[in-house]
Amino acid sequence: MIEQPDNAGSRPRIARLYRLQWEEAQQAHVLLFPEGMIKLNGSAGEILRRCNGERPMAVIVAELEVTFATTGLTADVESFLTAATEKGWVEWSSP
Amino acid sequence: MEQSLNTEQPIINVITPPLWLVAELTYSCPLHCPFCSNPLDFAGEKAELSTTEWIRVLQEARALGAVQLGFSGGEPLMRKDLELLVAEGHRLGYYTNLITSGAGLNEVRIRALKDAGLDHIQLSFQDSTREMNDFLSSARTFDLKRRVAQLIKSHDFPMVMNCVIHRLNIDHADRIIDLAAEIGAEYLELANTQYYGWALRNRDHLIPSRDQLRRAEATVAAKRAALGTRLKILFVVPDYFEGRPKRCMNGWATTILCVNPAGTALPCQAARMLPDMSFPSVRAVSVRDIWYESEAFKRFRGESWMPALCRQCPERGVDYGGCRCQAYLLTGNVNATDPVCDKSPDHGIVLAAIEAGERAPLKPLLFRSPENSRMIMGGLATLE
Repeated sequence: MIEQPDNAGSRPRIARLYRLQWEEAQQAHVLLFPEGMIKLNGSAGEILRRCNGERPMAVIVAELEVTFATTGLTADVESFLTAATEKGWVEWSSP
Repeated sequence: MEQSLNTEQPIINVITPPLWLVAELTYSCPLHCPFCSNPLDFAGEKAELSTTEWIRVLQEARALGAVQLGFSGGEPLMRKDLELLVAEGHRLGYYTNLITSGAGLNEVRIRALKDAGLDHIQLSFQDSTREMNDFLSSARTFDLKRRVAQLIKSHDFPMVMNCVIHRLNIDHADRIIDLAAEIGAEYLELANTQYYGWALRNRDHLIPSRDQLRRAEATVAAKRAALGTRLKILFVVPDYFEGRPKRCMNGWATTILCVNPAGTALPCQAARMLPDMSFPSVRAVSVRDIWYESEAFKRFRGESWMPALCRQCPERGVDYGGCRCQAYLLTGNVNATDPVCDKSPDHGIVLAAIEAGERAPLKPLLFRSPENSRMIMGGLATLE
């Protein structure tokens, strides 16, 4: 079941048509899909690699804030995940 | 779906690694489509690479950074070792794509391909009805393709349906789109014919009229609105009608490495017929040396090769001067501006081809077959 990211408990994961992996030659995470590839910038890669269907968005934000020793990332992560959902990269599942 | 690969970059002089390996496993194919992109003289090609040779190519290209792997042909299912090669590609971390007509795919093989880690299947149709599909492939394949589509779905592969579009089927665009939705494809490529190889030989039969193209664009727009995200439809206006060249292969030897069935390494599938070029063989040269050191791969990188018209053009970083194969095939000069560009002094050749398409063709449609390939090689039929 696909839900909207504003449902507090729902958990993002990489959508069925996409595969996320780190590419050494490009020094970047990439999203692979039928006959295509999207090279991700650093922050997009850091968010998406945490989207495994197990972490709610709040947990992803908390992890990123610890990793990058900062605060106030909620709005940025939410807006990225909304865009990623619209592009079809991310799906949401209920807890 | 080339649109997501490094678009809109300025021309850069560092050599970027290959990201995409096109493995043309064989020229053998039970279909005989008259728009086939294989070379006209494919029947004269040397012995196919062995399994061991292909595995080495996959390993060497992956080490350079290639991550998309397309198994193509001919019909790649004609190779009995396809499952082995998919498994090796998967093990190496490639995203593996099978580009197929469906001929040769059955329950046993699709299960083996799933187990080997195949990521995606692109299935071709030639049209929306049995009669036209089977006429265009010159083989009874429509019912088989429908069954293969069910197999692809039941094994939960992402499916791209590909249909090469031309004058004989472009008016069926609505039904082709309906077929794609019905079989459950996630993407539909309405691939306007590009005029190389067999398609160039048959251009007078295949080139659509401007009216046909306008109607098809409107049909696609309406269907996109109706279907929403259920089916992503790719439809790019063919370059003959655009007035600007395509960014062919994302630039010569910048992104894509093709290896043909006999092991010749090429920056694109069509390039082997270019004059005064010596394309290296993976049998003799490593993939690294081919990509970074060979004269053939250096030849049209960057902009130093360009004619003055292109070198002074503000759009040179958008289209890289267009397609070298098309420039050669239409003008005889491999260094010319791609004549689909309306700034080209040779653009009249393209306009004349569009006009010729409005009249009845002079020559019969020539289907792709080993017999016809040998006939062409023997000089019994000419390219013009």
